Amino acid sequence: MLASVSLFAQATGNSWDLPANIAFGIISVIAIGAALRMVTTNNVVHSALYLLIVLASVAAVYILLGAEFAAATQVLVYIGAILVLLLFGVMLTRARLGGDEDLNYEQRWIGLGVSVLLFVVMTYSIWEQYGTKDEARLVGYEPQRTAEVADSIFSTYIVPFEAVSVLLLAALIGAVVVARRD
Amino acid sequence: MYLTQYLLLAAVLFCIGVYGVLTRRNGVLVLMSIELILNAVNINMVAFGTYNADVGGQVFALFIIAVAAAEVGVGLAIVLLIYRNRRSIDVSDASLMRG
Repeated sequence: MLASVSLFAQATGNSWDLPANIAFGIISVIAIGAALRMVTTNNVVHSALYLLIVLASVAAVYILLGAEFAAATQVLVYIGAILVLLLFGVMLTRARLGGDEDLNYEQRWIGLGVSVLLFVVMTYSIWEQYGTKDEARLVGYEPQRTAEVADSIFSTYIVPFEAVSVLLLAALIGAVVVARRD
Repeated sequence: MYLTQYLLLAAVLFCIGVYGVLTRRNGVLVLMSIELILNAVNINMVAFGTYNADVGGQVFALFIIAVAAAEVGVGLAIVLLIYRNRRSIDVSDASLMRG
């Protein structure tokens, strides 16, 4: 956290990308705060709504990176479909809509230790590899337009694309078969 | 702007997601934490795509979104089945296959 704050201060020192850095700071604070509340709140529906905030912030990060089609898909698929599906899951499993004390394991310190350890290792390796080196700068990048994405999907990545469509069909049939009352 | 900022944000979200998967008892909440992890990975994909000025990063992020949609569909079906059989979606109750 301290490393990211100092990195942020250092990065905002350059006036040419100050607005983007301010936007990134606001978005990341919102995303991290909502994610923390999402994994700690004792209410299932609140957890889903905090997940909505995180997903919207991630869409904003995509916009900031110039990936417009990924941002639109994020809003359509994640916020529009997956979140509604998760809320249906909450409803169908008759979760208690008020607070619920035993949503978490008692041994949460082990989980906390594992994730903090993972975070330290990942931060160290990212910082070692990229840090504030000059080659890690994102300088004057162009937005990646939807037309380029479409060209790429339907030429270079046509085989994975077809595989994903078959996978979606298989998952749809599988979900119907598994959840059907017989 | 540095690539590092995005990678660190993704690392933080990933670790929060891992914490959620490890500590939540409710099956639906575990699925939500997995979505958080997949989103963190997607930030990395798009960030590296922009960094290398290559559309491939964004294309793979789209593939991950599609696979996540399939995963959440099948996952919720499994959670519903567990609920129907055991009247509870506590993942520690689903220990039928424990050796």
